[in-house]
Amino acid sequence: MISLNDCDPGFKFEVAAEPGGAGIKACFACAACSARCPVAGHREEYDPRRIIRLTLLGRREEVLSSPLIWLCSACYSCQEVCPQQVRFTEVLTAIKNLAAKAGYAPPSAKQIAGLLAGHGRLLAVTEFENEKRAELGLPAVEERGADYAAILGIAPEAAEAGEEA
Amino acid sequence: MRALLFLGCTVPVRNLNYELSARKVAEALGVELQDLAEFGCCGYPLKSTDQDKALVIAARALAQAHGSGLPLVALCSACAGTLAEAEHQLAHHGELRAKVNQQLAPLGLAYEPGVKVRHFMRFLLEEVGLEAIRAKVTRKLEGFSFAPHYGCHYLKPSEITGGFDDPEDPRSLASFIEATGAQAVDYASMKECCGGGVLGADEDLASAMAGKKLAELDAKGVTALALICPFCNVMYEGQQKAIGKKLDLKLKVPVVYVTQLLGLAMGLSPDEVGLKLNRAKPKELLAAFKS
Repeated sequence: MISLNDCDPGFKFEVAAEPGGAGIKACFACAACSARCPVAGHREEYDPRRIIRLTLLGRREEVLSSPLIWLCSACYSCQEVCPQQVRFTEVLTAIKNLAAKAGYAPPSAKQIAGLLAGHGRLLAVTEFENEKRAELGLPAVEERGADYAAILGIAPEAAEAGEEA
Repeated sequence: MRALLFLGCTVPVRNLNYELSARKVAEALGVELQDLAEFGCCGYPLKSTDQDKALVIAARALAQAHGSGLPLVALCSACAGTLAEAEHQLAHHGELRAKVNQQLAPLGLAYEPGVKVRHFMRFLLEEVGLEAIRAKVTRKLEGFSFAPHYGCHYLKPSEITGGFDDPEDPRSLASFIEATGAQAVDYASMKECCGGGVLGADEDLASAMAGKKLAELDAKGVTALALICPFCNVMYEGQQKAIGKKLDLKLKVPVVYVTQLLGLAMGLSPDEVGLKLNRAKPKELLAAFKS
């Protein structure tokens, strides 16, 4: 049972204020999103409509700390079938951004900024890669990690450390 | 006809067969692809934790592309989707643009609207056209059958892609396959997501998602599964053995890129389309095109 005393009535407004989050207020709970979701087909505990309901009810901690919100594959199927233009893929991105700010991002998500700041790509481009490319007649590619480090506010030394993490 | 080629993270390191075949096909069709040394990641991998920063990273690429006056094409569906979405948002929201440009200023860059962003296959469809492609076919791939995998961000969200192909009943990749003279296979799990987006968060789930399609195609027996995205490739080719083990299935589904099929049909050699670099070997094709 959900006690309204445990709910944060401001949570839905917090989500709606994030980029892409505004659509949540239009949900009328038809569950087209849940029916079309390929993740829900494999994991019944992952239910987009339920995540929307819990958010509208104000179950802030329950939603932000739930490992389920990281199971969206961002395929946009729900978004295509939604009759209310809730844009659930984008709403969930807004929710995940809030969860990350609250410290709930999974370890795999945390490594990404370090890699980008170090290499400007998720994968390093070493001499070995460029030799292989040259053998096939492909032009060399360069790493521009410094730009990414500047955007992300990460010092180059910290970027190296992030890579090890 | 010219375009900027956006390679992203995975293609230039792990999918040289895709890059090589795309470049050769473009050349054969009279499309001049230009590289920008500054291009890197599109920003997509940061979106789930920090979409503001992801947008600045996408805007960086768009700002760099703008000076050339050329349209931008991406081989990765996530790159194409992310950059197209960023262009859409930034072109329509002045306030957001000002905020993003503040963060680009220290890099000596400024975003201005006007870069046309598309997936490479969509660019071929719209700018070259199927008729011109068919006219270049010198060696029909008759007798072969390919199962197209559209993936997600090539088609969706249709608000951004403009619905050039119907996400619920897509045809564009089948029409490329048919242009080569091969059979485009229609199959039940055609529209399924590869699961690549959740590989980092939950490998079992990602495997179950990709495994559904691999199991269907394995039973059906096709010459190959035909892809247009390196993320999908991670799941269907890179992870295929591991998925087979997890699901207790002996999976043997050959995997190719659609650009490789176009190249072969247009008379390019297997080496010119990087066919030996495919790890889930398209054995029937390799045997037929022994060089």
